[in-house]
This record gives sequence, structure tokens and C-alpha cells, in this order.
Amino acid sequence: MSGECDLIVIGAGPAGANAALVARQHGLRVVLIDEQPDAGGQVWRAPWPGLARDANAPEARDGDALRARLGASAVDCRFGRRVWSVTSGYRVDALGPDGNEAVCAPLLIAATGAHERVVPFPGWTLPGVIGLAAATVLLKSHLVLPGERVVVAGCGPLLAAVAAGIVKAGGEVVAIVDLAGPAEWLKAFPAMASRPRLLARGMGWALKLASKRVPVHFRYGIAAAEGEGQLERVRLVPVDEHGAPCAEPTLTLTSDALCIGHGLVPGAEITRLFRARHLYQPLRGGWVPELDGFGRTSVPGLLAIGDGAGLKGAAPAEIGGRIAGLAAAHDAGRLARDAFEQAAAPLLKQRENLAAFADASAGMMALRPAQVAAISPETIICRCEDVPRAEIDAAFAAGARDVNQLKHFTRCGMGPCQGRMCGDVAAQLLAAQVGSREAVGYWTGRPPLRPVGFEALIGSFSYDDIPIPKPAPL
Amino acid sequence: MSHIHDLGVIGGGVHGATVALFAARGGMDVALFERGPLCREASGVNAGTLTMQMTRVALIPYALEAHAMWASAGDWLGHDVGVVVCDGLSLAFTPAEAELLTFRAGKRREAGAPIEIVSGARAKEIEPGLSGQALIAGHCKVDGFANAYLTGLAFRAALIEAGVSLHENCPVAGVEREDGAFAIRTSQGVKRVRRIVLAGGVWIEPMLAWLGISLPIKTLINQLSVSERIAPVMRTVVGIANGLLSLKQYPHGTVVIGGGWQAVGDRERGGVELLPERLIGNMRLACHAIPALRQARMARAWAGLEAETRDALPAVGPLPGIADAYVCGSVHSGYTSGPYIARLLAEHILDREPAMPLFPIDRLLAPEGAGTTA
Repeated sequence: MSGECDLIVIGAGPAGANAALVARQHGLRVVLIDEQPDAGGQVWRAPWPGLARDANAPEARDGDALRARLGASAVDCRFGRRVWSVTSGYRVDALGPDGNEAVCAPLLIAATGAHERVVPFPGWTLPGVIGLAAATVLLKSHLVLPGERVVVAGCGPLLAAVAAGIVKAGGEVVAIVDLAGPAEWLKAFPAMASRPRLLARGMGWALKLASKRVPVHFRYGIAAAEGEGQLERVRLVPVDEHGAPCAEPTLTLTSDALCIGHGLVPGAEITRLFRARHLYQPLRGGWVPELDGFGRTSVPGLLAIGDGAGLKGAAPAEIGGRIAGLAAAHDAGRLARDAFEQAAAPLLKQRENLAAFADASAGMMALRPAQVAAISPETIICRCEDVPRAEIDAAFAAGARDVNQLKHFTRCGMGPCQGRMCGDVAAQLLAAQVGSREAVGYWTGRPPLRPVGFEALIGSFSYDDIPIPKPAPL
Repeated sequence: MSHIHDLGVIGGGVHGATVALFAARGGMDVALFERGPLCREASGVNAGTLTMQMTRVALIPYALEAHAMWASAGDWLGHDVGVVVCDGLSLAFTPAEAELLTFRAGKRREAGAPIEIVSGARAKEIEPGLSGQALIAGHCKVDGFANAYLTGLAFRAALIEAGVSLHENCPVAGVEREDGAFAIRTSQGVKRVRRIVLAGGVWIEPMLAWLGISLPIKTLINQLSVSERIAPVMRTVVGIANGLLSLKQYPHGTVVIGGGWQAVGDRERGGVELLPERLIGNMRLACHAIPALRQARMARAWAGLEAETRDALPAVGPLPGIADAYVCGSVHSGYTSGPYIARLLAEHILDREPAMPLFPIDRLLAPEGAGTTA
């Protein structure tokens, strides 16, 4: 995919795809890259090619509409490519079916979505325990149930979505275990009611679950996941309004799959790579790039949109994408200031109208510091490198005061996921001792953005063609 | 009048930390100032290679002593830096490389490094993970590696035990001569010391400027990458004739690929950007040497800074014309040789006769082209 264009968009979810479409409408040559075989992102994931699709599911309707619009556009869609390096210029390197490919453009939009957050508990690394977002991938893309008797746990709107998805696909949900109580949901209700269609959908999930008599345990967390080599039992524990256990474990459920998530963390790796200014915003999921109202970061030519730039959900992401598409067109000299402002104004207004819902929804998913504080010393935090909480506390005692130093002291975050799974919780544990998330910072952004195989990356070559630099002095 | 320390060391990398450690153990009241956490620049992010086959000939005697120090870090440092002592191989794949290797290995052997030239077949016996493509190899039994990211943790504990007054996250803005002492202007106030060591790695140049000395230091931006943990694919340190590869597998399974391919960056901003073609070039070289590496995935790449003087030899010794002021750094392969060379400077400061000569910077302050003795 070598070559030049005016704009590269990384990530073809609601934000990135809409940014690409709008920029293309204003005449920019746009390359849209995504790791998945088709557009839609996590929220509008398409079933894997060849699998039957339920065209009536809302995510399929919205996703199919988006895919159709992209198909009819002149956006240069390059799917099935894993972006591993982004350098100034901007040059994007991705591994595709034919090996490494590079493309360059003066403007880059990062629309890379979010990672899931699981606040660790004993047994969370057992086979059979997966994230809520992972469960949605299984259900939407692969049409596979996570297990035969599934416990759905954690917090936020994904709980009901996953549980309802399992029921709809014919699976059994043993229980829903919600950190929040009815009071929190009621508090969020007025804001949620600002988007009646989504609220109705949520009520639909609730009714579907009620009709199957799925028990809901409000104000409960998971004390432990247990089993010999795989999940067999889930132990529940009552929690207080801050998410911390407040009594002895009371209930044990027999289950072979636990889908659990405690919100999402923005995948802001590209803006970190470019050392854009970032802010810690718990409501937006954590560290997010500082943006102007149009998606521009502090680094010239680099824009960031969607949940990867701060959690707001799919609808604000679509609108944010359109706004950034306009900004890119303006910055590329294809859209005069007046026309840009005129086109952006109604979109900005629309996004503002969605803010209450987005905040209520994101609020249910925000990290609960008390839940993190209650993690036991022996519980694994970094699953790639088997680093338990006690080692993070020991690193603080040994003098670690920021997360990069913590990493050197413990190997926490040095594994294949490079801290995408553990980073938020590890930083929170250190921050609780040091004083603030700002003080402990975030892990330095470095390539590869995702692990890449040496074989695929180096391709076939002749030794004589390796551009070996001059020898060092003797 | 505030407290006056016997010695102030500015820069908390392996050089500064070692000078501070041995000076404190020698009875001095020492303060160490580091703008960030200890050993988080070059000393914490380098490839950790402890090899003779990439060391400058003039530094071989020092590197041999330093290798012995690293190998016995438990004894003098008291804390683990994950040192593994193993064989080292420097490979030649082409006749031109074989010629270069033979010449360079010969020079290093003359300087005391026990390097033997062996056949490609013998090299493969020593390192079964090698591809069969090496024509010859330099084989050295004095080789190995440390786990560079543990350096800060280890030195921090040792310095505290030695009673060094440790000021981390404490940038220094300047140094002034004042009544027979030095006033160090830090973010935590002015600190006074009788003697001063500037040990700032690539930042030696701006540090020396505080005292009116102009010593140009080139900043190299070395690219490195690391694989995920994989099953054992090699047991030695592997390089190539011209020094542009260093490769080793750590006990926990990751393989670190280095060799000094240059990234984008500078002294002010650090290693800003890794260039994808150079990462791929370095990886090709690595996989050409150890084919099983092809099956691994790259987990991370990064860049570390390296300081180089005009003659690529160290800047270690007293500052000309300024009593009680010293510089320590810019040692090529500085991580390997650092502990020994910095300990020599500590001995000099403690008025003991160092076992080997220092590298005073007078030679570098002569006008360009006036000739150096190094």
C-alpha cells in the first residue's frame, strides 16, 4: 500500500470511518486502515466473512449502512492490516497480506478505540474468564457463546448488552453481577432518557433478561474465580457504593464462563507516541489527548477522535469523526474557514446534546479507586509477566515514583500487551501511594503499536541488501 | 551556612552512581543529584551487553576489569542486575567482514581480550542457534550481559546503604564557584559541596559549560528492540564484525536486538522516533544470525542515548584549571566499562593512586586538528 495521500485514518469504527467519508467528500485522498476485515469497529463489528448475519440487530443495521457508504465512496479502504509503526511525516507502516506496507500523508487521524479494563481479582487469569468487550467480539463476530453457564459481571451498560446477547443467542446467563446498585442506575436515568432510542434498547435488554428470570445481583463484585485449570465457580461479595468489598463472600455460583469488565480505557497509543499533551480524565476513561473542539491534538497535523481520545460512546464518536473530517479538509486547504465553521456548527450542537447521555454512561464505567485499593497482595495485576500487587507495593517501597520506573523495577507492562491490560490499574495502585495519577504519569509510547511477527516483518531479503551502517570506531 | 558535602555528583547513571558509591564507602559525605529517577537514561535502557568484541581497543584493559566487576555485582553492589556470563561470538558472513573481523579481533587480542578466530562450523558448535552462514567468528569467553533496567533499582539500594544523600527528580540549573566550594543550584534549593563530579552522559557538554568549559559531545540515538518471551533459541551473545548487531536471550526468554542503528532524536528531546526501515534492517541482521528468531514477535522498540567525544574515548578525570572539579562519562561501551572507570575516578578523588590511567579531557580541549595522543 505504498504511496502518498492527503489523509490517513487509522481505525474504521464509527469515528474513523465517518472522518474518512467526510474528508473524502471534500476532495481529500483518504486512506482508511483497520486491522479487522471490514469497517465497523468494536461496536458495529461485522460477523466474520462466511457467517450468517442477523440484519435486524441494531449494530448490524448501523454497521451495514456504514460499510455500504464506505463501499460507495472513493475512500481507499485497506482492511486486514495491523499498524505497528507511525512516524512523523506522517508515515504509517502496517503488516498486511503481502508483508509490510507504508503509506504517507501530511495529516493523520487516530481513531483507535478503547481497550477493556478488568480490575483484577483472584482467579481472573483462569481460562473461562474473559472481558465483557471480548464477549461482544465472540457474540457479534464469531456467533459463539462464551460458555454454557455464564456469569456476566462488572459495571456499566455493557453488562446488560452482553447478557442480552447471550440470551438471544440461546445461551444461559446464570446471573448478572453489578457493582452499581439501583440507586446509581436511577441517578443516571434522567441523563439516559435524553436518548430515548438507546434507553428503550436498554429497557428491551432488561425485559428480555427479566423474561428469562436472569437474577441480577446489584452492589456485588467478584471475590474470586475458582476451578482446576478452568473456571468452575464464581464467588460473589457485597460491595459498598465505592465498589470495595464490604462483607465476607456470600454466594457461590457454578459457572464455566465469567464475562467481566469494569469499563474501558482509551487506546491513546498514537498520541502518546508523538508526545502530544495528555490529560488525566477519569470520566473519559483515563489519560486522553488534549484536543481542540475539532479533534486536533497539540501535535500539528495529528488528530484524535472516538473512544480512543476519551470515552463517549458510538454516537458522539460518529459526530466527532465528521467534525474531524471537516477539520482535516480545512487544514488541507480544501475547505474555507467560513464553510468549515458553518458545516461544523450543527455537528458541534448535536454532539453537545449527546453529552449528558455520554457522561452518564461513561460515569457508570469509570474506574473505582476503592475497588483497586481493595485488591489483595497476591492477586496478579500484570498477567503477561505475572506481577502481583505485592510487587507493585514493594516497588514503591524501593523508590519507584512513576510508572516507567515501576516497569523497570517489576517488569509490569513489559509483556506482549505492553500494559494495555494492566496499565490503568497498575498506575492507580502506584498513584494511591505517590499522590496522584498525574504524578505517576503514563507509560512511554513506543512501537510496535501491536506485537508483530519478525517473519512477516522482515519478509525475504538478501544479506547484501541489508543497509548495515558504517563500522563503529576501533 | 548550610551543610557542605565533601562531594557532589551530578548525574545518576552508572558512572555518577558508581563514583558516589565508592567515594561514600571511602569515607566521604556524598550527595548525588539526578534530574529524573536513577539510571533511567542510557544506563537503564541500553542493551546490557558486557562484551569485549564491541569495545574500543584502548578500553579493553578497563572493560576486562569492569566485566569482572559486573560478574561479581552481588559482592560489591550488593543487589542483582541479572548478570549472565557466557560466550560471545562476533560473526563474519562475507569475505570483507572476515577480513575486518580478523584485523579487529587481532587488535583487541593484543590489548588483552581473549578472542580467538574460529571457523563457522566451530561457531555453530558453540552456538547451536546460529545459521550455517557465518564464514568465521570471533569467539571470546569473557562476554555476557546485564539486565540494564534493573541498574537503577540495584544502585538506588546500594547508594542509600552507603549513606549517599540521594536527590532524585532534582534537576540542576547551574553550578558556581563560591568560597572554595561549589554552589549547586537545584530544584530543591542551593546545595554546597567541596568537590564536584559532572557525570551527565550526553549532558556533560551543557554541564561543563556551567564552569566555562566547552567540550563538544556527540549524541548517538541507538535503536533497540525486544521480542516476546520465547523458548530458548540461543545461549551466547552474538554480534557481527562491524559491531552493528548485539543479540542475546535473557533467562526470562526475551531476545534483545541492538547494535547502534540510529533513531531520530537529540540531547534535548531524547530518542524521539524509531525508523521502521532501520528496525527492519536490524531485525533482518538478527534473524540472519539466529534463524529461529523469525518465529518470535517484536514486543517493543525504544531508543537510548550514547555520548561520544571527538576521539570516541572517555572524558574521565580532573577538569583543567578548576580545582576539585571532575568529569566522568562519554565512555564508549560505557555500560560495560562504566563501573570500573568510575571507580578509578573515585579512587583519584579519594587521593589513592588509580590502578590504571584516567582519560583527562585536556586532549580534547586543544583546537581541532592540533592532534591528540589518543
